[in-house]
Amino acid sequence: MAEDTKTMNMIEAINSAMDVMLERDPATVVMGEDVGYFGGVFRATAGLQKKHGKTRVFDTPINECGIIGVAVGMGAYGLRPVPEIQFADYIYPGLDQLVSEAARLRYRSANDFICPMTVRTPFGGGIFGGQTHSQSPESIMTHICGVKTVIPSNPYDAKGLLIAAIEDNDPVVFLEPKRIYNGPFSGYYDRPVEPWSKHAASAVPEGYYRIDLGKAATVRDGEALTILAYGTMVHVTKTIVEEMGIDAEILDLRTLLPLDIEAIEASVKKTGRCLIIHEATRTSGFGAELAALVQERCFYHLEAPVERVTGFDTPYPHSLEWAYFPGPVRIATALTKILKD
Amino acid sequence: MPEPDSRPASNLPPLSLHIPEPRYRPGDTPDFGDIEVPAVDATPRPGEATKPDAMRELCYGLVRVLDFDGQAKGPWNPNLAPERLRTMLRYMMLTRAFDDRMFRAQRQGKTSFYMKCTGEEATSIASTMAIDRADMCFPSYRQQGILIARDYPLIQMMNQIYSNRGDHLMGRQLPIMYSAPEHGFFSVSGNLATQYPQAVGWAMASASKGDSRIATVWCGEGSSAEGDFHSALTFATVYNAPVIFNVVNNQWAISSFSGFAGGERTTFAARAVGYGIAGLRIDGNDPLAVYAATQWAADRARTNNGPTLIEHFTYRSEGHSTSDDPSAYRPAGEATAWPFGDPIARLREHLELLGEWDAERHEAQAKELDELVKTTQKQSEKLGILGHGMHQPFETMFEDVFEEMPWHLKEQCAQMLAEQEAKFGPDWKPE
Repeated sequence: MAEDTKTMNMIEAINSAMDVMLERDPATVVMGEDVGYFGGVFRATAGLQKKHGKTRVFDTPINECGIIGVAVGMGAYGLRPVPEIQFADYIYPGLDQLVSEAARLRYRSANDFICPMTVRTPFGGGIFGGQTHSQSPESIMTHICGVKTVIPSNPYDAKGLLIAAIEDNDPVVFLEPKRIYNGPFSGYYDRPVEPWSKHAASAVPEGYYRIDLGKAATVRDGEALTILAYGTMVHVTKTIVEEMGIDAEILDLRTLLPLDIEAIEASVKKTGRCLIIHEATRTSGFGAELAALVQERCFYHLEAPVERVTGFDTPYPHSLEWAYFPGPVRIATALTKILKD
Repeated sequence: MPEPDSRPASNLPPLSLHIPEPRYRPGDTPDFGDIEVPAVDATPRPGEATKPDAMRELCYGLVRVLDFDGQAKGPWNPNLAPERLRTMLRYMMLTRAFDDRMFRAQRQGKTSFYMKCTGEEATSIASTMAIDRADMCFPSYRQQGILIARDYPLIQMMNQIYSNRGDHLMGRQLPIMYSAPEHGFFSVSGNLATQYPQAVGWAMASASKGDSRIATVWCGEGSSAEGDFHSALTFATVYNAPVIFNVVNNQWAISSFSGFAGGERTTFAARAVGYGIAGLRIDGNDPLAVYAATQWAADRARTNNGPTLIEHFTYRSEGHSTSDDPSAYRPAGEATAWPFGDPIARLREHLELLGEWDAERHEAQAKELDELVKTTQKQSEKLGILGHGMHQPFETMFEDVFEEMPWHLKEQCAQMLAEQEAKFGPDWKPE
């Protein structure tokens, strides 16, 4: 693997995954607002139209219902569409096509028709996106039966998971944490951004490889507590834990559905404490599901109540975004509390 | 808080909100005399490659072929051979016989739900006969005629309606939400107009692969108000997709008349104008007009000349579904007052006028088809009916949510199986 790797940031790794799949599988098509000639507002599809042609990589009208609906029809024909929704906040106009159509097609037709679609969409805050360019809708996705939800946290995983998602014969929502597109984020917005090139996971094979969906990764082994995180929060969490000198075990969930429950159970039973961290709003967030699962399966191993660190139940504010973001202070406070109990 | 500025003195009347109201309600005597019916040969037939802007008047007129005496006339006459006309008549009669029997089956408690297409048979049957067998149909819920016109086994339709052991959809779907990929029939959703952008996507895929197949899709005038309808037309015009949009304007969306979809202001075919799509407004009770318009649109699509929107101007003769009581919101006499008659009666009359059909053959065929439906129903009922036991293994509830069952569904499935075993004992088998 080593001789064929290249240093990539998240964007380049995601681009490379689509490039590989467009090359390997003539059924793969990439489409979305501004993804064609221009290469996407975050540059995730840069160069793909020129290389693979306009009928494989193309711009769409600004119409998310149409983008996802058309992708369902393309899947029924036999294509493998990879639509981009420019921001996860814009997925709502297409939600009916996702929830009632894409997710149900296999079930309602008893395998007559399937929907091998991967919806890529950048999510999360920390880029001064305000309330319509910052949301984290992952628990809306995991609540749909029939959709898989994937969230990578580094370039290597992003490429391998995206290839696995595109090859999957069920609809996948692939949520890309846009705050870490260009570098892992420490949680300290006032510090310089570290580029991906300093991170081991930026060594990405140029060719085909896949990371199976449904498997968590252990980012850090430890004994003091288990921290469940994904996306941007993996890096924020790791920074704070190391600053505080806590021997935490950090699991990067990578796929929220299907969830790697075995890894979660094994870790929590070992450490006896569990902290869940996500950027999304708190109430009915994915952390609530994780907390319920952990207490159902690990209750007699727990030495402290399961804690959640989350965004607040407000729209994502523009100027006050760092007061909203579950940053170092909120995480440190929760760590102190859960270790004291 | 400061006082809001008072309105300047004005001699304008106050604003008023318009809430549409159909002209006739229960107890009224409907009169459709003001519906404009152009002469049967008055509508020109443009070439299939005509630019949409050059044929706008067809969105506001009415394509007709059969006059009210059963004569086929004018430039749209598809000049079908008598054998083809007889096949069309047979499919329409079979659909009506099927509808009547399945409606009764629901009333007898043999299933939960049914929807007839009485009076609208031509809009799916003549339309399906005018496209290739390999073309893909994206139906709404009232297009059983597509399956009949493609010789889909009746027993499979009934098995689905009964959710019985023979239902290949495993009893998961509401009755009439068929799926038949081998017959070019997409899975019926039950949500409205969602199939519209899906048909465009299928057509785009066909075009991008250099295929020769086209897509056709149906919705009602009521659901043309959905955003999906407009998403579909936008994508279709942008990519010049080879797709035929059918809007079956049967005047009623459950209890809401077409005015609640904008029908008071313009025609539904005229939706095409704003999108730069070819539009045709046709007599949907005239099977030959439906055939001719669809053939025109199919030729247009297949030659890379783009999509067509066809408004089938028709009337829903019966209730929306078995759950509906139309006497609560419209006069009983509307169906008979409808000026365009009945599609089966009109095609029969035409064939008789040609000397290719007669009352005796018609009665014999009606009887034969009734028998066919009745016999098939008996066979289907041997495989079970809804409400008389459960016909699918319990675990099928959890299958096909995903290609492979994830752990959480396996756990839930085990829980459900334990519940059912506690209730029915370990030896229970599907009936």
